[in-house]
Amino acid sequence: MPYRLLKFGLSSEYSEPRMFPVQGELRDAYDVVIIGGGGHGLAAAHYLATEFGITNVAVLEKGYLGRGGTGRNTAIVRSNYLTPQGASFYQASVELFKDLSRQLDLNLFYSERGHFTLAHSLASLRTQRWRAEVNKQLGIDSELITPEEVKQMVPEIDLQCGGHQPPIHGALYHPPGAIARHDAVAWGYARRAGEAGVEIHQQTAVTDIEIRDGAVCGVHTNKGFIKTEKVLSAVAGWTTEITQMVGLRTPLVIHPLQAMVTEPLKPWLNKIVVSASLHLYVSQSSRGELVAGASLDPYELISMRSSLDFAEGTAGHLIDLFPMLGDVKVLRQWAGLCDMTPDFSPIMGTTPIRGFYLDAGWGTWGFKATPISGLTMAHTVATGRNHELIEPFNVSRFSDFQLVGEKGAASVGH
Amino acid sequence: MKIIHCPVNGPRPLQEFYFGGQLRAVPTSEQVAAMTDAEWSDYAFNRDGSPGIQKEWWYHTPSGTWFIAERDIVTDGFVRTYLFDQADQESHNDG
Repeated sequence: MPYRLLKFGLSSEYSEPRMFPVQGELRDAYDVVIIGGGGHGLAAAHYLATEFGITNVAVLEKGYLGRGGTGRNTAIVRSNYLTPQGASFYQASVELFKDLSRQLDLNLFYSERGHFTLAHSLASLRTQRWRAEVNKQLGIDSELITPEEVKQMVPEIDLQCGGHQPPIHGALYHPPGAIARHDAVAWGYARRAGEAGVEIHQQTAVTDIEIRDGAVCGVHTNKGFIKTEKVLSAVAGWTTEITQMVGLRTPLVIHPLQAMVTEPLKPWLNKIVVSASLHLYVSQSSRGELVAGASLDPYELISMRSSLDFAEGTAGHLIDLFPMLGDVKVLRQWAGLCDMTPDFSPIMGTTPIRGFYLDAGWGTWGFKATPISGLTMAHTVATGRNHELIEPFNVSRFSDFQLVGEKGAASVGH
Repeated sequence: MKIIHCPVNGPRPLQEFYFGGQLRAVPTSEQVAAMTDAEWSDYAFNRDGSPGIQKEWWYHTPSGTWFIAERDIVTDGFVRTYLFDQADQESHNDG
């Protein structure tokens, strides 16, 4: 190596800035402890610090940042949901996403592509019409289109699905549908939160939560006890472990959801294509890989194992829609955990335990909600009152029989 | 391919089975009549989704057999499978 280059590399003047500071020891007490260093927990930490001036916050992550659902989803952002509660919530999220790269000073590769939900039957077409009309009422750009219009925008698609599946009858088209670089969302929030004074402790697992007289008073971790009166659980697929610690009963059950990427191809697909009947959604990343996801695994499992059944099924359905992909290779496949609620809406906000806040039930719709859930949960933790956007999603909706049936959720049979 | 041991038909591939959810105590009609709204909503919606071995219903589709499996929902290991029996019947009506 030339001496000049070595000198340049070792010079403090040109040192590479760290994304996050090296974290010291855990302190004895914090104003707020956030469990889970995924997008949601880190976004909440960021907004607590920047919007509400609460910086004495620790984010505890048992693995590494973005190890869970944050880095395992298919990175789709959209707001064409079916319930007014869901649609306004996700719409607020899309609005935040649009400006997020600038706010976090990190390129999230947020790329508006347009999102198709294909209908393979008249019944499905009727649901898509319903969704389009609800969306329009709420000012969300969404329209039902004909098979010919689908073909015009995605010429590679086989409308007849090779005769192996029912043909495409039409689609719900949502032009603002986008994809983003999901890990960067977590990193960007973490960096901003760290700059504002939030501590981020990786490799730190919560082992128990201390409750006295119905209120949180501390958290036990593998690195010692922390005194705190406010705990936000933002662990999605691991929520049932945490709710067990505080004795809170919820409807959550965990199912894996699997996805895969193909080898990189030249850009040819600039839309996001989803087919509920084929249990498939696919888009092309900025790297050229096709990112394809399936529906939920058919039984409960708290494990991120991936299976051959999934690879076969998803590859088969990809060829049904795009026959020219026959000789494209699959690069990797993986699974993420989905904490499913019976009404396909999240569980957010205050709980019967004072100081214990829940951000859960993220099933198959968590990534797209990252900014807005961070903001609304920060508001809820800071003020002790549920933000108005998340009031319908409180855990009390089950005991009040006020479910929010969200049939616009992804990978859900309907 | 994952193999599940059907108590009637022996080892069969996963594709032949349907997951029927957690085995839960079913209250009698008298117990239901005496339930408060809170108890009823707890029964209707809440589940024990925490890690560990759970008893669950499985269905072998080709032969129409419902049976019980004890399965570790973290490792996906089946501990045992058997037909719904007297012991289950008793805990079933514990309400």
